[in-house]
Amino acid sequence: MSETTAPVPLLELDKVNTFYGPVQVHFDLSLTVPKGEIVSLLGGNASGKSTTMKIILGLLKPQSGTVRFAGEDIGALQTPQIIRRGIGSVPEARRLFPDMSVRENLLMGAFTRTDKQAVAHDLDWVLTLFPKLGQRLAQRAGTLSGGEQQMVAMARALMGRPKLICMDEPTMGLSPLFVDRVLELIAAINREGVTIFMVEQNASLALQIAHRGYVLQTGRIVLEGKAADLLVDARIRDAYLGGAEAA
Amino acid sequence: MTSWLDHTINGLIVGNIYALLAVGLALIFGVSRLINFAHGSVYVVGAYIGWVAVAHLHTPLPVTILLVAAGSALLGLLIERFGLRPLQGSTKIAPLLATIGISFVLDQIVQIVFTPDPRALPSQLPDWRFQIGGGTIGALDILIAAIGFTSAVLLFGFLRFTKLGWAVRATAQDRDAARQMGVDVDQVNRIVFAIASALGGLSGLLVGMYYNYIDPAMSFQATLKGVVAEVVGGVGNIPGAIVGSLILGLVESYGIALLGTSYRNLFAFILLVVILVLRPNGLFASKRQLPPEPLTGTFIAPSKPVPLPTPALLAALAVAAVLPLVIAQPYLLQTLTNAWLYALLGISLTLIAGTVGQISLGHAALLAIGGYTSALLTLDLGVPVGLSILAAGFVAAGLGTLLAWPAFRLRGHYVTIATLAIGEIVSLAILNWESLTRGPIGVFGIPPISLFGYPIESARAVYWFTLAILAVLAALQLRLLRSHLGRAWRAVRDDDVAARSYGIALDRYKALAFITGGFAAGISGGVTSHLYSFINHETFNAQLSILALTIVILGGMGNVFGAIVGSVLLIGLPEVFRVAAEYRVLIYGLVLLLLIRFRPQGLFGTV
Repeated sequence: MSETTAPVPLLELDKVNTFYGPVQVHFDLSLTVPKGEIVSLLGGNASGKSTTMKIILGLLKPQSGTVRFAGEDIGALQTPQIIRRGIGSVPEARRLFPDMSVRENLLMGAFTRTDKQAVAHDLDWVLTLFPKLGQRLAQRAGTLSGGEQQMVAMARALMGRPKLICMDEPTMGLSPLFVDRVLELIAAINREGVTIFMVEQNASLALQIAHRGYVLQTGRIVLEGKAADLLVDARIRDAYLGGAEAA
Repeated sequence: MTSWLDHTINGLIVGNIYALLAVGLALIFGVSRLINFAHGSVYVVGAYIGWVAVAHLHTPLPVTILLVAAGSALLGLLIERFGLRPLQGSTKIAPLLATIGISFVLDQIVQIVFTPDPRALPSQLPDWRFQIGGGTIGALDILIAAIGFTSAVLLFGFLRFTKLGWAVRATAQDRDAARQMGVDVDQVNRIVFAIASALGGLSGLLVGMYYNYIDPAMSFQATLKGVVAEVVGGVGNIPGAIVGSLILGLVESYGIALLGTSYRNLFAFILLVVILVLRPNGLFASKRQLPPEPLTGTFIAPSKPVPLPTPALLAALAVAAVLPLVIAQPYLLQTLTNAWLYALLGISLTLIAGTVGQISLGHAALLAIGGYTSALLTLDLGVPVGLSILAAGFVAAGLGTLLAWPAFRLRGHYVTIATLAIGEIVSLAILNWESLTRGPIGVFGIPPISLFGYPIESARAVYWFTLAILAVLAALQLRLLRSHLGRAWRAVRDDDVAARSYGIALDRYKALAFITGGFAAGISGGVTSHLYSFINHETFNAQLSILALTIVILGGMGNVFGAIVGSVLLIGLPEVFRVAAEYRVLIYGLVLLLLIRFRPQGLFGTV
């Protein structure tokens, strides 16, 4: 555990202000995702979590503020260019291509890559991380169960060999059994050297695997710190854990 | 008599031609959820590029084909870039209306450049035919089949084995997710428009060669045929579009064999309506169907209507009423009379499309029903003219509602397609029901307007007569809009699911809207028939329906006063400035395009 050295930031949001028409969603939102860590953005409904994801991926442009990835200002880039810089996305509700096979879905994850042989190699690598998908390669993605789809979504994001994967509520709508499995997989992906930024509503779960956490409330960061500290923080326990047992 | 095998071959060949259209429509719908009404225009342009190449440049066939494909692809790119990309993010119906505007503009340009006269487009192929069984196949048949087959194979290969093809499929299945995989969805859009347009242009070339005949008017029919084939196969489904096209070709071919050429389109549109009602997702829809279209099928741009206090409206009416005392030229009064008649159509459509959100593209059919009712009642049954016009209103209200009934269960785009088809069915029924309607010859010698035996023939009298009708019906509509009924209508428009869960019977309220709107349109048609003294199945054509929609959008959807002003502007101004007829349609198309782009809420705002 490196307590003293300042980690290298891979992703930085600096004083971002976002609007939907006249409605302001983010108020001077600033956060940092250090390289190699799992950072979790927590918050309830309508706190601006998913919008943060859209800002990072360039699906929505902020009114002001900067978004830096690996030191580069990506605020003006279009989504495809941002993906090419090395960001993978696991969208909310998974969003697989339902009429494509699992294999095709995975290869779509490598869409921006031109190194065919390395892609083939990475397909094998991803299948070792998600061995269950190996039997499903030819199946239409739309016919998989929710948990399996979540795996495909994560594997698909990995296929781009990203430096950072953004996950939008990866445990949403999954059975409790699968939730733990998905969290394990996220930790496993992180151990492979991929930085992870995940948006979650379920704070206690997210903080179990995260290194750091931010708490977003109606567009403002109200709390931030090490996951271990946040888990025992009285404020977050009251606000987000509903007084439930923290791990 | 030609054999059934011949009809089958003919049906399959024509089906092949439709397939080239329908596949393009399906591709475009796939990636952008848009029914491209400009597709027929690309087809016409393709046919004319072919004609220029063959008749003037004397190119050999392969070069002609390449020229047509390349020129049409380029046109597709232009349509995408200038017509549709600026509309990204607006309501779904906006791009659809834009493609209608684009098609108006393109068709009219073709007509101005090449004149409306038909041209012969010789096929350059040897004129041999060989026997198989009881039928014959010619070189052109084989060429058409070969192009259809080759295109299908190439398209399959492209979608299945190329990176760009994957991007197209991914975009079609989930546009946002595709972007997050790094797909440039704008590029996908461009590619798809280019491919679809190349195929559409080729289709136009082949049709021209097949019938050795092209004219600018074939655009609209082509769009409709492509749309029918696509809907039969399931919108957005490419193999479905091919099968749908072949079915359509065969249905038409057998239908013509049984009943005659003038029934050709009737079969197509009846097929369309039946499919829309029974299997709106097409014959081959998988169990896991496309998610239902978003509820915002309407073109209601959020806006505050311009406030129009009652005294101002009354003052406007007073000015309109005393105008004949000031203006001496009958020409000007006739123009304004015409505008009042269009305004009746306008308030009818603004109610149905604006207030209730059912974008109807078959509104001219209500005029036709009204016109024929009044004309035939006076001529065949000796009903006095005033009474016959009243009857025209009631018949249009009743029959129009009945005919639109199948469309009530549909939403968004499908309502538009269904009403378009129903409008065409009415027009074709008029053409073919000779014992009642006198068929293609039309109805002559319709008596002029009179009321209780007093003739209303001077320009001034007719002006007051129509203005009075308009004032009464507009006032009635304004009153209804403020009532419980008006609120229920707007609820149906804004969120039909919510409306239904609050106990609003959708069908009943849609029917009430069609009855109210049908009455005004029927009266307008009735009066028109007596003013023209001659009508036929083309008097009230689909162009009129689109003009009506432009009037309504110009005024502001749902806005009664807006519809009236819109009609005065669109009907009156070109008349006053003596714009030549062929440029008028061009202007309508441009007005529609500019409105959708820059002022979707219209002049007076949506209500």
